[in-house]
Amino acid sequence: MTQVDIESLAKLARLEVSNEERSRMEEDIPAIVEFVETIQKAEADAPPSAGSTGSPHSHIGLQNVMREDENPHESGKFTERMLSGAPKVVDGRVAVRQVLKRSP
Amino acid sequence: MDYSLLTDLTIAEARRALDAKECSALELADAYLEAIKEKDGEIHAYLEVWEEAARAEARAADAQLSAGTGRALTGIPLALKDNILVEGRTASAASKILENYAASYDATVTKKLKEQSVVFLGRTNMDEFAMGSSTENSAYGPTKNPHDVARVPGGSSGGSAAAVAARLCAASLGSDTGGSIRQPAALCGVVGLYPTYGSVSRFGLIAMGSSLDQIGPLARTVEDAGILFNAICGHDPRDSTSIPATGNRPPATKRIGVPRDFLGSGIEADVLENFEKTLARLREKGYEVRDITLPNIRHSLAVYYIVMPAEASTNLARYDGIRYGLSSPAEDIAGVYAKTRGEGFGLEVRRRILVGTFVLSAGYADAYYRRALGVRARIRREFAEALDEASGVDVIATPTTPAPAFKLGEKADPLSMYAADIFTVPVNLAGIPAISVPNGSLEREGKTLPTAIQFIGRPRDESTLFAVGVDVEKTSG
Repeated sequence: MTQVDIESLAKLARLEVSNEERSRMEEDIPAIVEFVETIQKAEADAPPSAGSTGSPHSHIGLQNVMREDENPHESGKFTERMLSGAPKVVDGRVAVRQVLKRSP
Repeated sequence: MDYSLLTDLTIAEARRALDAKECSALELADAYLEAIKEKDGEIHAYLEVWEEAARAEARAADAQLSAGTGRALTGIPLALKDNILVEGRTASAASKILENYAASYDATVTKKLKEQSVVFLGRTNMDEFAMGSSTENSAYGPTKNPHDVARVPGGSSGGSAAAVAARLCAASLGSDTGGSIRQPAALCGVVGLYPTYGSVSRFGLIAMGSSLDQIGPLARTVEDAGILFNAICGHDPRDSTSIPATGNRPPATKRIGVPRDFLGSGIEADVLENFEKTLARLREKGYEVRDITLPNIRHSLAVYYIVMPAEASTNLARYDGIRYGLSSPAEDIAGVYAKTRGEGFGLEVRRRILVGTFVLSAGYADAYYRRALGVRARIRREFAEALDEASGVDVIATPTTPAPAFKLGEKADPLSMYAADIFTVPVNLAGIPAISVPNGSLEREGKTLPTAIQFIGRPRDESTLFAVGVDVEKTSG
Protein backbone atom coordinates (compact mmCIF):
# COMPACT_ATOMS: atom_id res chain seq x y z
CA MET A 1 0.00 0.00 0.00
CA THR A 2 1.20 3.51 -0.83
CA GLN A 3 2.75 5.26 2.16
CA VAL A 4 0.99 8.51 2.92
CA ASP A 5 2.62 11.04 5.22
CA ILE A 6 -0.41 12.75 6.74
CA GLU A 7 1.62 15.28 8.64
CA SER A 8 3.37 16.72 5.61
CA LEU A 9 0.15 16.65 3.56
CA ALA A 10 -1.60 18.58 6.32
CA LYS A 11 1.22 21.09 6.26
CA LEU A 12 0.95 21.49 2.49
CA ALA A 13 -2.82 21.94 2.82
CA ARG A 14 -2.42 24.40 5.73
CA LEU A 15 -4.69 22.26 7.82
CA GLU A 16 -4.32 21.63 11.54
CA VAL A 17 -4.84 17.93 12.24
CA SER A 18 -5.01 16.69 15.83
CA ASN A 19 -3.11 13.57 16.89
CA GLU A 20 -6.31 11.61 17.28
CA GLU A 21 -7.45 12.59 13.84
CA ARG A 22 -4.09 11.88 12.30
CA SER A 23 -4.34 8.21 13.23
CA ARG A 24 -7.79 8.05 11.67
CA MET A 25 -6.55 9.75 8.50
CA GLU A 26 -3.61 7.35 8.40
CA GLU A 27 -6.17 4.59 7.86
CA ASP A 28 -8.69 6.45 5.67
CA ILE A 29 -6.40 8.18 3.17
CA PRO A 30 -4.30 5.13 2.15
CA ALA A 31 -7.55 3.15 1.68
CA ILE A 32 -8.88 5.86 -0.67
CA VAL A 33 -5.54 6.06 -2.49
CA GLU A 34 -5.52 2.28 -2.91
CA PHE A 35 -9.01 2.47 -4.42
CA VAL A 36 -8.22 5.25 -6.90
CA GLU A 37 -5.04 3.44 -7.94
CA THR A 38 -7.27 1.09 -9.93
CA ILE A 39 -7.19 3.69 -12.73
CA GLN A 40 -3.74 2.39 -13.62
CA LYS A 41 -5.64 -0.55 -15.15
CA ALA A 42 -7.90 1.69 -17.25
CA GLU A 43 -7.31 2.71 -20.84
CA ALA A 44 -6.46 6.37 -21.24
CA ASP A 45 -6.46 8.92 -24.03
CA ALA A 46 -3.82 11.61 -24.16
CA PRO A 47 -4.41 13.88 -21.18
CA PRO A 48 -5.10 17.53 -21.96
CA SER A 49 -2.10 19.83 -22.05
CA ALA A 50 -0.37 20.74 -18.80
CA GLY A 51 -2.19 23.44 -16.88
CA SER A 52 -5.58 22.45 -18.31
CA THR A 53 -8.27 21.21 -15.95
CA GLY A 54 -9.61 18.92 -18.64
CA SER A 55 -12.95 20.64 -18.31
CA PRO A 56 -15.51 18.87 -20.44
CA HIS A 57 -15.82 21.45 -23.16
CA SER A 58 -14.01 19.62 -25.91
CA HIS A 59 -17.30 18.32 -27.25
CA ILE A 60 -18.30 21.79 -28.36
CA GLY A 61 -14.85 23.05 -29.24
CA LEU A 62 -14.67 25.71 -26.54
CA GLN A 63 -11.74 26.76 -24.44
CA ASN A 64 -11.23 29.12 -21.56
CA VAL A 65 -10.45 32.69 -22.58
CA MET A 66 -9.66 35.72 -20.47
CA ARG A 67 -11.25 39.04 -21.26
CA GLU A 68 -9.04 41.99 -22.15
CA ASP A 69 -7.73 43.82 -19.10
CA GLU A 70 -9.47 47.09 -19.89
CA ASN A 71 -12.34 49.35 -18.83
CA PRO A 72 -11.68 49.13 -15.10
CA HIS A 73 -14.54 50.05 -12.80
CA GLU A 74 -14.38 53.16 -10.70
CA SER A 75 -11.95 52.68 -7.79
CA GLY A 76 -13.61 51.83 -4.50
CA LYS A 77 -16.97 51.00 -6.06
CA PHE A 78 -17.12 47.48 -4.60
CA THR A 79 -14.73 47.89 -1.67
CA GLU A 80 -17.36 48.01 1.05
CA ARG A 81 -19.21 44.98 -0.27
CA MET A 82 -15.99 43.03 -0.80
CA LEU A 83 -14.91 43.72 2.75
CA SER A 84 -18.29 43.02 4.32
CA GLY A 85 -17.44 39.36 4.83
CA ALA A 86 -13.89 39.78 6.09
CA PRO A 87 -13.26 38.83 9.73
CA LYS A 88 -11.06 41.87 10.38
CA VAL A 89 -10.97 45.16 8.51
CA VAL A 90 -8.88 48.27 9.16
CA ASP A 91 -9.28 51.47 7.11
CA GLY A 92 -10.86 49.87 4.07
CA ARG A 93 -8.39 46.99 4.02
CA VAL A 94 -8.34 43.37 5.16
CA ALA A 95 -6.24 43.09 8.32
CA VAL A 96 -3.90 40.10 8.75
CA ARG A 97 -1.30 38.96 11.26
CA GLN A 98 2.25 39.95 10.51
CA VAL A 99 3.59 37.99 7.54
CA LEU A 100 7.25 39.05 7.40
CA LYS A 101 9.58 39.28 10.37
CA ARG A 102 12.52 41.63 10.72
CA SER A 103 15.69 39.56 10.91
CA PRO A 104 17.39 39.89 14.30
CA MET B 1 -58.52 25.85 4.13
CA ASP B 2 -56.39 22.70 4.22
CA TYR B 3 -52.97 23.88 3.09
CA SER B 4 -52.21 20.61 1.31
CA LEU B 5 -54.68 21.57 -1.43
CA LEU B 6 -52.13 24.22 -2.39
CA THR B 7 -48.87 22.46 -1.51
CA ASP B 8 -49.88 19.44 -3.61
CA LEU B 9 -49.88 21.57 -6.77
CA THR B 10 -47.03 21.14 -9.24
CA ILE B 11 -45.43 24.30 -10.68
CA ALA B 12 -47.54 23.89 -13.81
CA GLU B 13 -50.75 23.47 -11.79
CA ALA B 14 -49.91 26.37 -9.47
CA ARG B 15 -49.22 28.56 -12.51
CA ARG B 16 -52.68 27.80 -13.84
CA ALA B 17 -54.30 28.40 -10.44
CA LEU B 18 -52.46 31.70 -9.95
CA ASP B 19 -53.27 32.94 -13.44
CA ALA B 20 -56.94 31.95 -13.03
CA LYS B 21 -56.99 33.80 -9.66
CA GLU B 22 -58.07 30.63 -7.88
CA CYS B 23 -55.43 31.42 -5.29
CA SER B 24 -52.98 34.23 -4.64
CA ALA B 25 -49.20 33.96 -4.44
CA LEU B 26 -49.51 34.98 -0.78
CA GLU B 27 -51.92 32.12 -0.05
CA LEU B 28 -49.58 29.74 -1.83
CA ALA B 29 -46.55 30.97 0.14
CA ASP B 30 -48.50 30.81 3.41
CA ALA B 31 -49.52 27.23 2.68
CA TYR B 32 -45.87 26.21 2.29
CA LEU B 33 -44.81 28.19 5.37
CA GLU B 34 -47.47 26.38 7.38
CA ALA B 35 -46.36 23.01 5.99
CA ILE B 36 -42.76 23.81 6.91
CA LYS B 37 -43.80 24.75 10.47
CA GLU B 38 -45.70 21.52 10.87
CA LYS B 39 -43.29 19.06 9.25
CA ASP B 40 -39.79 20.43 9.01
CA GLY B 41 -38.99 19.91 12.68
CA GLU B 42 -38.80 16.22 11.86
CA ILE B 43 -37.45 16.37 8.28
CA HIS B 44 -34.93 19.22 8.74
CA ALA B 45 -34.84 20.05 5.04
CA TYR B 46 -34.27 23.75 5.73
CA LEU B 47 -31.34 25.43 7.45
CA GLU B 48 -33.20 28.73 7.40
CA VAL B 49 -36.70 29.78 6.40
CA TRP B 50 -37.09 33.34 5.09
CA GLU B 51 -40.66 33.72 6.28
CA GLU B 52 -41.14 37.49 6.23
CA ALA B 53 -39.19 38.01 3.03
CA ALA B 54 -41.15 35.19 1.37
CA ARG B 55 -44.43 36.92 2.22
CA ALA B 56 -43.13 40.22 0.87
CA GLU B 57 -42.00 38.52 -2.34
CA ALA B 58 -45.41 36.83 -2.63
CA ARG B 59 -47.18 40.21 -2.31
CA ALA B 60 -44.91 41.64 -5.00
CA ALA B 61 -45.72 38.67 -7.22
CA ASP B 62 -49.45 39.19 -6.65
CA ALA B 63 -49.08 42.81 -7.74
CA GLN B 64 -47.39 41.68 -10.94
CA LEU B 65 -50.03 39.06 -11.59
CA SER B 66 -52.76 41.69 -11.15
CA ALA B 67 -50.94 43.97 -13.56
CA GLY B 68 -50.71 41.12 -16.07
CA THR B 69 -46.91 41.10 -16.13
CA GLY B 70 -46.40 37.67 -14.56
CA ARG B 71 -43.96 35.15 -16.03
CA ALA B 72 -43.59 31.35 -15.89
CA LEU B 73 -42.38 31.28 -12.28
CA THR B 74 -43.97 34.44 -10.87
CA GLY B 75 -45.26 33.67 -7.38
CA ILE B 76 -43.94 30.08 -7.32
CA PRO B 77 -42.39 29.16 -3.92
CA LEU B 78 -38.91 27.66 -4.35
CA ALA B 79 -36.05 26.62 -2.08
CA LEU B 80 -32.32 27.07 -2.72
CA LYS B 81 -29.45 24.84 -1.68
CA ASP B 82 -27.25 26.53 0.92
CA ASN B 83 -24.35 26.93 -1.54
CA ILE B 84 -26.22 29.30 -3.92
CA LEU B 85 -25.74 32.98 -3.10
CA VAL B 86 -28.58 35.42 -2.39
CA GLU B 87 -27.31 38.92 -1.66
CA GLY B 88 -27.48 39.76 2.04
CA ARG B 89 -28.45 36.22 3.05
CA THR B 90 -26.35 33.68 4.87
CA ALA B 91 -24.83 31.06 2.55
CA SER B 92 -22.93 28.56 4.68
CA ALA B 93 -22.57 25.50 2.43
CA ALA B 94 -23.61 23.74 5.67
CA SER B 95 -20.13 24.44 7.06
CA LYS B 96 -19.00 26.00 10.33
CA ILE B 97 -16.34 27.90 8.40
CA LEU B 98 -19.08 29.97 6.67
CA GLU B 99 -21.60 29.98 9.55
CA ASN B 100 -21.79 33.77 9.64
CA TYR B 101 -21.06 34.53 6.01
CA ALA B 102 -23.61 36.75 4.28
CA ALA B 103 -23.43 36.74 0.48
CA SER B 104 -22.28 40.02 -1.02
CA TYR B 105 -23.93 39.40 -4.40
CA ASP B 106 -26.62 37.31 -6.13
CA ALA B 107 -25.73 34.15 -8.02
CA THR B 108 -26.75 34.38 -11.68
CA VAL B 109 -29.45 31.74 -11.11
CA THR B 110 -30.77 33.77 -8.15
CA LYS B 111 -30.84 36.90 -10.30
CA LYS B 112 -32.73 35.08 -13.05
CA LEU B 113 -35.31 33.78 -10.58
CA LYS B 114 -35.68 37.21 -8.95
CA GLU B 115 -36.39 38.67 -12.40
CA GLN B 116 -39.31 36.25 -12.63
CA SER B 117 -40.51 37.25 -9.12
CA VAL B 118 -40.36 33.80 -7.56
CA VAL B 119 -40.88 33.39 -3.83
CA PHE B 120 -37.75 32.14 -2.02
CA LEU B 121 -38.83 30.08 0.99
CA GLY B 122 -35.37 29.48 2.41
CA ARG B 123 -32.03 27.68 2.12
CA THR B 124 -31.83 23.92 2.28
CA ASN B 125 -29.54 21.54 4.12
CA MET B 126 -26.71 19.72 2.38
CA ASP B 127 -23.50 17.82 2.99
CA GLU B 128 -20.81 20.31 3.96
CA PHE B 129 -19.43 21.96 0.79
CA ALA B 130 -21.53 19.44 -1.18
CA MET B 131 -19.24 16.59 -0.12
CA GLY B 132 -21.34 13.55 0.61
CA SER B 133 -24.28 11.40 -0.42
CA SER B 134 -26.51 11.54 2.66
CA THR B 135 -26.51 15.09 4.20
CA GLU B 136 -24.95 13.47 7.28
CA ASN B 137 -21.88 15.62 6.63
CA SER B 138 -23.84 18.81 7.31
CA ALA B 139 -22.39 20.74 10.25
CA TYR B 140 -26.01 21.44 11.29
CA GLY B 141 -27.37 17.90 11.57
CA PRO B 142 -28.75 15.56 8.92
CA THR B 143 -31.95 15.82 6.88
CA LYS B 144 -34.35 12.84 7.11
CA ASN B 145 -35.98 11.05 4.20
CA PRO B 146 -39.72 11.87 4.10
CA HIS B 147 -40.49 8.26 3.08
CA ASP B 148 -38.81 6.89 6.22
CA VAL B 149 -37.23 9.26 8.73
CA ALA B 150 -34.81 6.54 9.85
CA ARG B 151 -33.20 6.84 6.42
CA VAL B 152 -31.12 9.45 4.64
CA PRO B 153 -32.53 11.62 1.85
CA GLY B 154 -29.33 11.19 -0.15
CA GLY B 155 -26.97 14.03 -0.85
CA SER B 156 -25.43 16.32 -1.15
CA SER B 157 -28.63 18.20 -2.16
CA GLY B 158 -30.60 16.16 0.41
CA GLY B 159 -32.44 19.15 1.87
CA SER B 160 -33.54 20.31 -1.58
CA ALA B 161 -34.79 16.80 -2.45
CA ALA B 162 -36.56 16.20 0.87
CA ALA B 163 -38.23 19.63 0.71
CA VAL B 164 -39.71 18.81 -2.70
CA ALA B 165 -40.77 15.29 -1.66
CA ALA B 166 -42.37 16.46 1.62
CA ARG B 167 -44.26 19.28 -0.14
CA LEU B 168 -42.23 21.94 1.68
CA CYS B 169 -41.58 23.85 -1.57
CA ALA B 170 -42.92 23.60 -5.12
CA ALA B 171 -39.44 22.83 -6.47
CA SER B 172 -35.85 23.61 -5.59
CA LEU B 173 -32.36 24.13 -6.90
CA GLY B 174 -29.45 21.90 -6.01
CA SER B 175 -25.94 21.43 -7.31
CA ASP B 176 -24.45 18.25 -8.75
CA THR B 177 -20.73 17.44 -8.85
CA GLY B 178 -20.95 13.64 -8.93
CA GLY B 179 -24.66 12.93 -8.48
CA SER B 180 -25.65 15.43 -5.79
CA ILE B 181 -28.95 16.30 -7.51
CA ARG B 182 -29.83 12.95 -9.11
CA GLN B 183 -29.00 10.64 -6.18
CA PRO B 184 -31.10 12.49 -3.55
CA ALA B 185 -33.86 12.98 -6.13
CA ALA B 186 -33.87 9.19 -6.60
CA LEU B 187 -33.85 8.42 -2.88
CA CYS B 188 -36.68 10.90 -2.20
CA GLY B 189 -38.82 10.00 -5.21
CA VAL B 190 -38.58 13.28 -7.11
CA VAL B 191 -37.15 14.35 -10.49
CA GLY B 192 -33.59 15.73 -10.68
CA LEU B 193 -31.58 17.08 -13.61
CA TYR B 194 -27.83 17.48 -14.13
CA PRO B 195 -27.76 19.93 -17.06
CA THR B 196 -25.08 19.94 -19.77
CA TYR B 197 -21.86 21.32 -18.27
CA GLY B 198 -21.77 25.04 -19.03
CA SER B 199 -25.48 25.46 -19.75
CA VAL B 200 -26.31 26.91 -16.30
CA SER B 201 -24.06 29.60 -14.87
CA ARG B 202 -21.96 28.65 -11.83
CA PHE B 203 -21.43 32.33 -10.93
CA GLY B 204 -22.42 32.58 -7.27
CA LEU B 205 -22.32 28.85 -6.62
CA ILE B 206 -19.87 27.99 -3.84
CA ALA B 207 -17.35 25.94 -5.83
CA MET B 208 -16.41 22.31 -5.14
CA GLY B 209 -15.08 20.62 -8.30
CA SER B 210 -15.21 23.32 -10.93
CA SER B 211 -14.92 21.07 -14.00
CA LEU B 212 -17.83 18.96 -12.67
CA ASP B 213 -20.21 21.32 -10.80
CA GLN B 214 -23.57 22.32 -12.27
CA ILE B 215 -26.68 23.84 -10.70
CA GLY B 216 -29.92 22.09 -11.62
CA PRO B 217 -33.58 21.65 -10.67
CA LEU B 218 -35.30 19.19 -8.34
CA ALA B 219 -39.04 18.97 -8.94
CA ARG B 220 -42.08 16.75 -8.58
CA THR B 221 -42.56 16.21 -12.30
CA VAL B 222 -40.40 16.17 -15.42
CA GLU B 223 -42.46 19.09 -16.75
CA ASP B 224 -41.65 21.17 -13.64
CA ALA B 225 -37.95 20.31 -13.90
CA GLY B 226 -38.05 21.55 -17.50
CA ILE B 227 -39.79 24.81 -16.51
CA LEU B 228 -37.17 25.50 -13.84
CA PHE B 229 -34.26 24.51 -16.11
CA ASN B 230 -35.47 26.87 -18.83
CA ALA B 231 -35.62 29.68 -16.28
CA ILE B 232 -32.01 29.29 -15.11
CA CYS B 233 -30.05 28.23 -18.22
CA GLY B 234 -28.30 30.55 -20.66
CA HIS B 235 -24.92 32.06 -21.40
CA ASP B 236 -23.29 34.14 -18.65
CA PRO B 237 -20.16 36.20 -19.32
CA ARG B 238 -19.43 35.99 -15.57
CA ASP B 239 -18.77 32.24 -15.78
CA SER B 240 -15.85 31.49 -18.09
CA THR B 241 -17.11 27.92 -18.60
CA SER B 242 -20.56 29.08 -19.69
CA ILE B 243 -21.53 27.94 -23.19
CA PRO B 244 -23.38 30.10 -25.75
CA ALA B 245 -27.15 29.82 -25.62
CA THR B 246 -28.83 27.94 -28.43
CA GLY B 247 -32.42 27.16 -29.16
CA ASN B 248 -33.81 23.90 -27.83
CA ARG B 249 -33.32 21.12 -30.30
CA PRO B 250 -36.30 18.91 -31.01
CA PRO B 251 -36.31 15.62 -29.09
CA ALA B 252 -34.36 12.89 -30.85
CA THR B 253 -35.78 9.57 -31.95
CA LYS B 254 -36.22 6.72 -29.59
CA ARG B 255 -33.14 4.58 -29.20
CA ILE B 256 -32.11 3.64 -25.64
CA GLY B 257 -28.74 2.07 -24.86
CA VAL B 258 -28.14 -0.04 -21.74
CA PRO B 259 -24.54 -0.59 -20.59
CA ARG B 260 -25.21 -4.12 -19.28
CA ASP B 261 -21.66 -4.95 -18.26
CA PHE B 262 -21.71 -1.92 -15.95
CA LEU B 263 -24.89 -3.05 -14.17
CA GLY B 264 -23.47 -6.36 -12.98
CA SER B 265 -22.25 -6.01 -9.45
CA GLY B 266 -23.37 -4.22 -6.32
CA ILE B 267 -26.89 -3.47 -7.47
CA GLU B 268 -29.83 -4.72 -5.40
CA ALA B 269 -32.09 -7.23 -7.13
CA ASP B 270 -35.39 -5.37 -6.83
CA VAL B 271 -33.78 -2.10 -7.98
CA LEU B 272 -32.68 -3.91 -11.13
CA GLU B 273 -36.14 -5.46 -11.45
CA ASN B 274 -37.82 -2.03 -11.44
CA PHE B 275 -35.28 -0.84 -14.00
CA GLU B 276 -36.06 -3.75 -16.34
CA LYS B 277 -39.81 -3.20 -15.93
CA THR B 278 -39.45 0.43 -16.98
CA LEU B 279 -37.41 -0.55 -20.03
CA ALA B 280 -40.05 -3.13 -20.97
CA ARG B 281 -42.79 -0.50 -20.77
CA LEU B 282 -40.76 1.91 -22.89
CA ARG B 283 -40.27 -0.85 -25.44
CA GLU B 284 -44.05 -1.24 -25.58
CA LYS B 285 -44.29 2.47 -26.24
CA GLY B 286 -42.14 2.12 -29.34
CA TYR B 287 -38.64 2.65 -27.97
CA GLU B 288 -35.81 0.53 -29.27
CA VAL B 289 -33.74 -0.79 -26.34
CA ARG B 290 -30.31 -2.21 -27.11
CA ASP B 291 -27.23 -3.22 -25.16
CA ILE B 292 -24.17 -1.03 -25.46
CA THR B 293 -20.61 -1.27 -24.16
CA LEU B 294 -18.72 1.52 -22.42
CA PRO B 295 -15.50 -0.34 -21.63
CA ASN B 296 -13.91 2.16 -19.23
CA ILE B 297 -16.98 3.53 -17.50
CA ARG B 298 -16.33 1.17 -14.57
CA HIS B 299 -13.24 3.23 -13.74
CA SER B 300 -15.31 6.42 -13.36
CA LEU B 301 -15.59 6.36 -9.58
CA ALA B 302 -11.82 6.04 -9.16
CA VAL B 303 -11.19 8.81 -11.70
CA TYR B 304 -13.75 10.97 -9.92
CA TYR B 305 -12.12 10.48 -6.52
CA ILE B 306 -8.90 11.91 -7.96
CA VAL B 307 -10.25 14.78 -10.07
CA MET B 308 -12.85 16.01 -7.57
CA PRO B 309 -10.61 16.15 -4.45
CA ALA B 310 -7.86 17.76 -6.54
CA GLU B 311 -10.22 20.54 -7.61
CA ALA B 312 -11.93 20.78 -4.22
CA SER B 313 -8.66 21.11 -2.31
CA THR B 314 -7.73 23.95 -4.67
CA ASN B 315 -11.12 25.66 -4.44
CA LEU B 316 -11.21 25.40 -0.65
CA ALA B 317 -7.81 27.05 -0.29
CA ARG B 318 -9.71 30.35 -0.22
CA TYR B 319 -11.12 29.60 3.24
CA ASP B 320 -8.18 30.80 5.23
CA GLY B 321 -9.67 32.99 7.95
CA ILE B 322 -8.64 36.18 6.16
CA ARG B 323 -11.19 37.24 3.55
CA TYR B 324 -14.41 35.75 4.86
CA GLY B 325 -15.94 33.34 7.29
CA LEU B 326 -14.50 31.93 10.47
CA SER B 327 -11.13 33.20 11.69
CA SER B 328 -9.35 31.47 14.57
CA PRO B 329 -6.77 33.64 16.32
CA ALA B 330 -3.16 32.41 16.33
CA GLU B 331 0.38 33.68 16.81
CA ASP B 332 1.23 34.18 13.16
CA ILE B 333 -0.56 34.14 9.82
CA ALA B 334 0.32 30.50 9.03
CA GLY B 335 -1.22 29.58 12.38
CA VAL B 336 -4.40 31.49 11.51
CA TYR B 337 -4.72 29.54 8.27
CA ALA B 338 -4.12 26.11 9.78
CA LYS B 339 -6.22 26.64 12.90
CA THR B 340 -9.17 28.24 11.08
CA ARG B 341 -9.26 25.42 8.54
CA GLY B 342 -8.75 22.71 11.15
CA GLU B 343 -11.61 24.05 13.27
CA GLY B 344 -13.93 25.22 10.49
CA PHE B 345 -13.94 22.22 8.14
CA GLY B 346 -15.68 18.96 9.02
CA LEU B 347 -14.14 15.49 8.81
CA GLU B 348 -15.10 14.60 5.22
CA VAL B 349 -13.98 17.99 3.92
CA ARG B 350 -10.61 17.64 5.65
CA ARG B 351 -10.32 14.12 4.24
CA ARG B 352 -10.91 15.30 0.68
CA ILE B 353 -8.53 18.22 1.06
CA LEU B 354 -5.81 15.78 2.12
CA VAL B 355 -6.57 13.36 -0.74
CA GLY B 356 -6.59 16.27 -3.22
CA THR B 357 -3.31 17.56 -1.86
CA PHE B 358 -1.82 14.07 -2.19
CA VAL B 359 -2.85 13.48 -5.83
CA LEU B 360 -1.53 16.91 -6.81
CA SER B 361 1.73 16.75 -4.89
CA ALA B 362 5.10 16.55 -6.65
CA GLY B 363 6.02 12.97 -7.43
CA TYR B 364 2.39 11.80 -7.45
CA ALA B 365 0.62 14.24 -9.78
CA ASP B 366 1.60 12.37 -12.95
CA ALA B 367 0.59 8.94 -11.68
CA TYR B 368 -2.70 10.14 -10.21
CA TYR B 369 -4.04 13.49 -11.41
CA ARG B 370 -2.63 13.51 -14.96
CA ARG B 371 -3.43 9.85 -15.45
CA ALA B 372 -7.00 10.47 -14.24
CA LEU B 373 -7.43 13.28 -16.80
CA GLY B 374 -6.39 10.84 -19.53
CA VAL B 375 -8.90 8.21 -18.41
CA ARG B 376 -11.51 10.95 -18.11
CA ALA B 377 -10.89 11.95 -21.73
CA ARG B 378 -11.29 8.29 -22.71
CA ILE B 379 -14.59 7.92 -20.80
CA ARG B 380 -15.89 11.10 -22.40
CA ARG B 381 -15.02 9.76 -25.85
CA GLU B 382 -16.75 6.44 -25.14
CA PHE B 383 -19.94 8.31 -24.21
CA ALA B 384 -19.69 10.45 -27.37
CA GLU B 385 -19.29 7.34 -29.54
CA ALA B 386 -22.18 5.53 -27.85
CA LEU B 387 -24.39 8.61 -28.35
CA ASP B 388 -23.35 9.14 -31.97
CA GLU B 389 -26.33 10.49 -33.90
CA ALA B 390 -25.88 8.18 -36.88
CA SER B 391 -24.76 4.86 -35.43
CA GLY B 392 -25.41 5.20 -31.70
CA VAL B 393 -28.33 5.59 -29.31
CA ASP B 394 -30.21 8.75 -28.29
CA VAL B 395 -30.05 8.15 -24.54
CA ILE B 396 -28.25 5.77 -22.20
CA ALA B 397 -30.23 4.29 -19.30
CA THR B 398 -29.03 3.07 -15.90
CA PRO B 399 -30.64 2.88 -12.49
CA THR B 400 -29.84 6.19 -10.73
CA THR B 401 -28.61 4.41 -7.61
CA PRO B 402 -27.68 0.79 -6.87
CA ALA B 403 -29.94 0.70 -3.80
CA PRO B 404 -32.82 2.62 -2.21
CA ALA B 405 -32.32 5.09 0.67
CA PHE B 406 -29.99 3.70 3.33
CA LYS B 407 -30.21 4.24 7.08
CA LEU B 408 -28.69 7.15 8.92
CA GLY B 409 -25.25 6.08 10.17
CA GLU B 410 -25.18 2.99 7.96
CA LYS B 411 -22.26 4.06 5.78
CA ALA B 412 -19.56 5.19 8.20
CA ASP B 413 -16.73 4.01 5.94
CA PRO B 414 -15.98 6.68 3.30
CA LEU B 415 -15.53 4.22 0.43
CA SER B 416 -18.94 2.62 0.98
CA MET B 417 -20.51 6.10 0.92
CA TYR B 418 -18.65 6.94 -2.31
CA ALA B 419 -20.10 3.82 -3.98
CA ALA B 420 -23.63 5.28 -3.68
CA ASP B 421 -22.72 7.48 -6.66
CA ILE B 422 -21.42 4.75 -8.96
CA PHE B 423 -24.00 5.39 -11.71
CA THR B 424 -24.05 9.18 -11.47
CA VAL B 425 -20.35 10.20 -11.48
CA PRO B 426 -19.57 9.05 -15.06
CA VAL B 427 -21.98 11.73 -16.31
CA ASN B 428 -20.12 14.56 -14.56
CA LEU B 429 -16.80 13.35 -15.94
CA ALA B 430 -18.28 13.58 -19.45
CA GLY B 431 -20.12 16.87 -18.82
CA ILE B 432 -23.27 15.59 -20.53
CA PRO B 433 -26.83 15.97 -19.23
CA ALA B 434 -28.72 13.35 -17.25
CA ILE B 435 -32.12 13.16 -15.60
CA SER B 436 -33.32 10.97 -12.74
CA VAL B 437 -37.01 10.02 -12.84
CA PRO B 438 -38.90 7.97 -10.21
CA ASN B 439 -39.78 4.57 -11.70
CA GLY B 440 -41.45 2.63 -8.91
CA SER B 441 -40.96 1.54 -5.34
CA LEU B 442 -39.88 -1.36 -3.18
CA GLU B 443 -40.29 -2.48 0.41
CA ARG B 444 -37.68 -2.34 3.16
CA GLU B 445 -38.64 -3.21 6.75
CA GLY B 446 -42.27 -2.31 6.21
CA LYS B 447 -41.54 1.02 4.50
CA THR B 448 -42.17 1.85 0.87
CA LEU B 449 -39.12 3.46 -0.72
CA PRO B 450 -38.80 4.98 -4.20
CA THR B 451 -36.43 3.84 -6.96
CA ALA B 452 -35.38 5.81 -10.03
CA ILE B 453 -34.06 5.46 -13.56
CA GLN B 454 -31.38 7.72 -15.03
CA PHE B 455 -31.25 8.78 -18.67
CA ILE B 456 -28.03 10.25 -20.03
CA GLY B 457 -28.13 12.31 -23.22
CA ARG B 458 -26.04 14.20 -25.75
CA PRO B 459 -24.59 17.60 -24.84
CA ARG B 460 -27.39 20.21 -24.83
CA ASP B 461 -30.04 17.63 -25.59
CA GLU B 462 -32.07 18.06 -22.40
CA SER B 463 -35.24 18.07 -24.50
CA THR B 464 -34.83 14.38 -25.33
CA LEU B 465 -34.28 13.59 -21.65
CA PHE B 466 -37.50 15.43 -20.78
CA ALA B 467 -39.40 13.58 -23.52
CA VAL B 468 -38.26 10.14 -22.31
CA GLY B 469 -38.84 11.20 -18.69
CA VAL B 470 -42.45 12.14 -19.43
CA ASP B 471 -42.97 8.73 -21.03
CA VAL B 472 -41.64 7.05 -17.87
CA GLU B 473 -44.07 9.10 -15.76
CA LYS B 474 -46.96 8.10 -18.01
CA THR B 475 -46.12 4.40 -17.90
CA SER B 476 -45.31 4.31 -14.18
CA GLY B 477 -48.55 6.08 -13.28
